[in-house]
Amino acid sequence: MTTHVRHLLGLTIATAVTVTAALVLVFFYAPLDANQGFVQKIFYIHVPLAIVSLVGYCLGGVFGIGYLRTGKRVWDMRSYCAIHMSLIFSVGGIIAGSIWAKASWGHWWLWSEPTLVSYLIVILLFCTYQPLRFSIEDPERQARYAAVFAVVAGAFVPINFIVVRLSVAYVHPRILNLQGGALPGSMKLTFYLSLLGVALLFATLMKYEMASKEMRIETRRLRRALLGEDAVRPLGRTASPS
Amino acid sequence: MRTAATILRKDLRVELRTLETVPSMWLLAITTFVIFHFGLGRDTLRGQLAAGVLTVTLLFAGMLAINRLFVAEREQGGFDAFLLAPVDRTAMFFAKTGALFLFLVATEVVALPAFALLLAPPSLGSSLPAVLLFLALADLGVAVIGTFVSAIAVHTRARDLIGPILGLPLLLPALIATARGLAPLLVPGAGGSPPAKWLAVLALYDLVNALLAVGLFDFLLEE
Repeated sequence: MTTHVRHLLGLTIATAVTVTAALVLVFFYAPLDANQGFVQKIFYIHVPLAIVSLVGYCLGGVFGIGYLRTGKRVWDMRSYCAIHMSLIFSVGGIIAGSIWAKASWGHWWLWSEPTLVSYLIVILLFCTYQPLRFSIEDPERQARYAAVFAVVAGAFVPINFIVVRLSVAYVHPRILNLQGGALPGSMKLTFYLSLLGVALLFATLMKYEMASKEMRIETRRLRRALLGEDAVRPLGRTASPS
Repeated sequence: MRTAATILRKDLRVELRTLETVPSMWLLAITTFVIFHFGLGRDTLRGQLAAGVLTVTLLFAGMLAINRLFVAEREQGGFDAFLLAPVDRTAMFFAKTGALFLFLVATEVVALPAFALLLAPPSLGSSLPAVLLFLALADLGVAVIGTFVSAIAVHTRARDLIGPILGLPLLLPALIATARGLAPLLVPGAGGSPPAKWLAVLALYDLVNALLAVGLFDFLLEE
């Protein structure tokens, strides 16, 4: 079996450098916000987390298409790891967003804010991914159903954002609009570097997860081959690709 | 299409002979109206509140049908027979979506008069066609997503759990559009014209999901 994870060391170093540089810029270079002061700096964490996690969900759907087209298990692994990581990132993103909302709007949660609400709906939807996998025992069927779900849920992300956006007048600041946003240059540079850092972090963590899972599968296979079928306990029910 | 029509006829005949799903949906809908009457402490509702109560009740009644949709096929070997037959698999999707749509319409035939009788604001006659248009589009969305979710859930161990937790978030955009679109229609003396924005959103949502479901449904039937 060949591993599908390559360039792990290079990616790790690039991530470490970018994230460090982004944090240095956030704390020492980017100017303090005139209205919100220091709290505004959480923006450089919260927004990249949110953007990267949403892209990650859509990516899970794209990998799902890959699995349905080719039937290769590695696509299922990619889809699973992308959605798993996105879930972690988006929980971090929504907590960071809540802290920021409390500081700048005075409320932990605002129903009048479509970006928050649609983000919550997306998280609720993807929270069902693991229970769905867990309740299907046959690994091949599990992978197929999970891929179908990932495709539909990935397409759901943009639709949901459009519908919720239409339903309320928003107060959320629009960072990235067609006119290039309302940020001064130094903030923009910091923001884009943070975004790159978080995206690289996502890719690195996803690859580590894939590497660990593939290693575990490979170890089991080798133990089976060396010690005989009976020496290795059968795997219990699991939600992850196995 | 002939295959789909055959399966649809079979489903409707089974429902007519057993009277299993639709009467339960009627009962659930009416009971939910009573619950809302006491829960909200109001005799009549209007505007957004009326739209929300109506939409949520119909959605939860629909959940009953979604949970039952494929159970007979699974338990009595309908899936195996269908897979053995040399027919297009998408026919199953169209048949089941049609059946679910008709179940939802049948529920509304009773639930809507019950709502008008129990909770609705008086003098709603003029906005009735617009309300029906919204409900038809919403039913279509629920039927498409419901069939899709039901086909996933029926093969899982905890199917009664998986169906609703998958289906409700996926249906939230339809719920938002229906509840917001119905709100201006459910005030006394409302005009007949429906909010075009929400009609367009619902139609778009139905279309996108139908395309996705048709494209992906085959994968849910393979053995």
